[in-house]
Amino acid sequence: MASEPDTSSPARSFQGLILTLQRYWAARGCVILQPYDMEVGAGTFHPATTLRALGPRPWRAAYVQPSRRPKDGRYGENPNRLQHYYQFQVILKPNPPDLQELYLGSLDAIGIDTGLHDIRFVEDDWESPTLGAWGLGWECWCDGMEVSQFTYFQQVAGFECAPVAGELTYGLERLAMYLQGVESIYDLNFNGLDGPDRVTYRDVFLQAEEEYSRHNFEVADTAMLFRQFRDAEGACRTYLAAGEPAEGGNDPRHRMAQPAYDQCIKASHVFNLLDARGVISVTERQSYILRVRDLAKACGAAWLKTEAGGLTWQEIEAPGLARNGAEAGGLAREKAA
Amino acid sequence: MPDLLLELLSEEIPARMQARAADDLRRLVTDALVAQGFLYEGAVAFATPRRLALHIAGLPPKGQDLREERKGPRVGAPEAALAGFLKSTGLTREQLTVQSDPKKGDSYVAVIERPGRPTPAVLAEIVPAVIRSFPWPKSMRWGAASAQPGSLRWVRPLQSILCVFDNDIETPQIVPFEVDGLASGDVTRGHRFMAPGAIRVRRFEDYVAALEAAYVVLDPARRRDMVAHDARDLAFAQGYEVVEDEGLLEEVAGLVEWPVVLMGSFDASFLAIPPEAIRATIRANQKCFVLRGPDGALANRFILTANIAAHDGGEAIVAGNERVVRARLSDAKFFWDGDLKVPLADRLEKLRSIVYHEKLGTQFERVERIAALARELAPALGADPDLAERAARLAKADLVTEMVGEFPELQGLMGRTYAAAQGEHASVAAAIEEHYKPVGPSDRVPTDPVSVAVALADKLDTLVEFWAIGETPTGSKDPYALRRAALGVIRLVLENGLRLSLHHAFSRARLGRPLPALDTAGQDPATAPAARLGSFASDLLSFFHDRLKVYLRDRGARHDLIDAVLGARTLSPGGRGQGEGDAPSPDGAEPPHPDPLPPGERERGAPGRSVELANDDLLTVVRRVEALSRLLETEDGRNLVAATKRAANILRIEEAKDGRTYDGAPDPAGFALAEERAFAGALDEASRTAADALAREDFEGAMRALAELRPAVDAFFEAVTVNDADPALRANRLTLLAGLRAATRAVADFAKIEG
Repeated sequence: MASEPDTSSPARSFQGLILTLQRYWAARGCVILQPYDMEVGAGTFHPATTLRALGPRPWRAAYVQPSRRPKDGRYGENPNRLQHYYQFQVILKPNPPDLQELYLGSLDAIGIDTGLHDIRFVEDDWESPTLGAWGLGWECWCDGMEVSQFTYFQQVAGFECAPVAGELTYGLERLAMYLQGVESIYDLNFNGLDGPDRVTYRDVFLQAEEEYSRHNFEVADTAMLFRQFRDAEGACRTYLAAGEPAEGGNDPRHRMAQPAYDQCIKASHVFNLLDARGVISVTERQSYILRVRDLAKACGAAWLKTEAGGLTWQEIEAPGLARNGAEAGGLAREKAA
Repeated sequence: MPDLLLELLSEEIPARMQARAADDLRRLVTDALVAQGFLYEGAVAFATPRRLALHIAGLPPKGQDLREERKGPRVGAPEAALAGFLKSTGLTREQLTVQSDPKKGDSYVAVIERPGRPTPAVLAEIVPAVIRSFPWPKSMRWGAASAQPGSLRWVRPLQSILCVFDNDIETPQIVPFEVDGLASGDVTRGHRFMAPGAIRVRRFEDYVAALEAAYVVLDPARRRDMVAHDARDLAFAQGYEVVEDEGLLEEVAGLVEWPVVLMGSFDASFLAIPPEAIRATIRANQKCFVLRGPDGALANRFILTANIAAHDGGEAIVAGNERVVRARLSDAKFFWDGDLKVPLADRLEKLRSIVYHEKLGTQFERVERIAALARELAPALGADPDLAERAARLAKADLVTEMVGEFPELQGLMGRTYAAAQGEHASVAAAIEEHYKPVGPSDRVPTDPVSVAVALADKLDTLVEFWAIGETPTGSKDPYALRRAALGVIRLVLENGLRLSLHHAFSRARLGRPLPALDTAGQDPATAPAARLGSFASDLLSFFHDRLKVYLRDRGARHDLIDAVLGARTLSPGGRGQGEGDAPSPDGAEPPHPDPLPPGERERGAPGRSVELANDDLLTVVRRVEALSRLLETEDGRNLVAATKRAANILRIEEAKDGRTYDGAPDPAGFALAEERAFAGALDEASRTAADALAREDFEGAMRALAELRPAVDAFFEAVTVNDADPALRANRLTLLAGLRAATRAVADFAKIEG
């Protein structure tokens, strides 16, 4: 057994890269979550980022998130593009003062020697029109290749982040290709084994890429998708209304923020599918994005009226002191309480 | 003399913001110092990706002492008045002096002495204020402090502040202050990876040297030179030449503190991709320079600038960059191969889904208009209408190719390349690229008639359409670059020597579609469509005239001569009948000309037409300006202008007095003097000759004919009293002067000529 290679080395296996990042960030106080169980376009959509970035409570989490970009499908023919891929997401609120060093430490942990490689922070302002979110930061380059995005969230769901959260997103496939020295995503060694036991990214995902590209571009039922978009939008509104604290009641909490937000995620993904099917015109496109953003904003407002969103026990128990949570910053409310 | 050194160390500052930020830092700190009476010898600021630094040399150790004498209440004034005075001056009664005045008696005087404050104390107020209100184009909050409203904003998190004041005598001291919990100090850090340790700094000279030893080149100009120089050397050593790129050089210098230039290569088979696409790919995505071989063709090499001197000499860095370049070029190759398979003409349908402008429809509709207009314009430009229409139809098709989707700056160029590869006519392919030209005042103007037709159609359509929806430039706002489009038309016309009636072109551009809402608003719906188009076109034409003035002024033409020519009246002199001996004048109510340029029509424009519309042929306007300027080079010309202005002045006064004009033919029987008769004869002769010359568009000839009036005009003014007591004589003489005014106005409004 002693001679067995370390199959979990990031230079050897895709899953080794994930395991290493998880260990690294777990050691820095992050809760290691599992992927959100819904289709999303990026790790940012996970409520552990979008919602938890709002309000005053400290939060540290890391997780892998399968991300779907229906338009990026290439029927498995392009060695660099996929309609389904993995992001490794880290969110730290408030951002620690040494976040850049922590990030560089994670590169070191996965085997990127900063004495040999040229690491650069290149301006990249991040904006998500559908989430009503923006932040400033960089693309992180390793020898000219973008390996991560580094963002200081300034606003999410239309609300100022107070405090600011730092978000790191690692493009896992690209990073793994670099570490393993392969030219095609499909050549990535997934499990780190050799010979007949070796499982590649191709073995796991090629067929899915072919099938989903067909689905996304040719077959996805657009009538159903339009309906689903409307349904999700309606359900989101219904759930938000149902969760509103009772008028003049004693409990100021919103009670449906997360179920409502699920419908916002759903609407966003359905929109991406419709977009890939080419059935949304340029002018309509903007209005769909705005509709999703309105949902995100309403969900953010609801979240700020929950305990995890910053409501304190004093406020919950002494509602007379509670202010309207939507516009007041979380901390201001704590002070008022 | 004492010096200040300030350094603001932060996380990576966007390259494009660095130069401006360094300049702002210098300006804001020195302005604040000067405002408080602190002069200095010199100030210089620097920026790297991680720091802004400011060095101010020759500051005084402290501010100037101030002494102020303030007069207070009289001795013996109420106690309250004295107490107030003491409070306002901050002195005690014992510190006041008494001043005697023989008239007003004794009063208290306060002598307030304010010793100059030590410079560091003043700096400790100025610097934090500058930091708090720094004008970053985009700034952010961060960390735990950002939970509070009003927390410090910076371009990226600010990590440390070094601020030392060196007064030459003692040990340099820290200028003490705190910004949002960040205390100033005398410590900085070196290169992020190669020398991350703390460095204590006392003064600027030490600072620059210490940074250099810690792998940081402070001066961006030096980093730029290092990159440019090393890149050239490295290329030259292997027989290549760097394709210079100032913008990229500037950016690269803002991405590294310690530039290390390395060369990489890619598979030669990628050279099948058009070189511009290779360059765009490598430049935009990798911030790398491309190289040329000895034959001038693009080489399969590139130059990258790393931020570290790696242990392995850069081998891993080059290998990594090559991988990325390879992947990018594979993408580009994929785009190129894929794009080639679809004929440009087959892409037009896709333009239906691209909105050009909310109120102006899709790109497809736009292309339809441009194609029709290009076809329309073609014959007069010597272009084959079929080719012009074809080129216009394909001109925007590359917007929906993969390559242009990825690199928008390749629009036009890719269209040309695809068209050529797909067997389109050479002029069509060229026009697809050239129809965007000229893009600015120094861009090349196309000369192939097909290119010219499409370029004109594209720009005229843009102008007319945006004019139609009221989106016209105002002040500094010109979001649709309409000024540039108009200048483009002007350069296309003038530099190709084209005769083009703009007015006609405007009306054809509308293609019979409904007239702009802009013009119909508030107008009687019964107003003739032609009249409405007339006012719309005249507004756009005067926009062209303004751009023409700017264009000609830039080329040294006198603006008053341009105004004079634009002010020319097409009315024939002395009521001698319009268009005598020429084609009959149009009635003026039907603006669209039957063909692009009916000969002589502009010169003899109908009375109803606005003056501007007569000047809708730019080439003619310019030729007139040239002729006028040559006329003014002669003594006869200058004298004629002076005499005409004199006549016009007299007329202005007398016509106002009499409440009538004196236009019309003088009565030959009413002449009392030989000079009058001679002048009338000369005027008649000159007017006729000038009119003939104008009809031939011989502006020089027209000017010459007028200049020959000079002796007769001079003699007239010498011998004749215009304002004679006899009203009939006076009226006849004023009519003669009006004849001179009208004759000259046929070529230019001399009253607008200065001097």
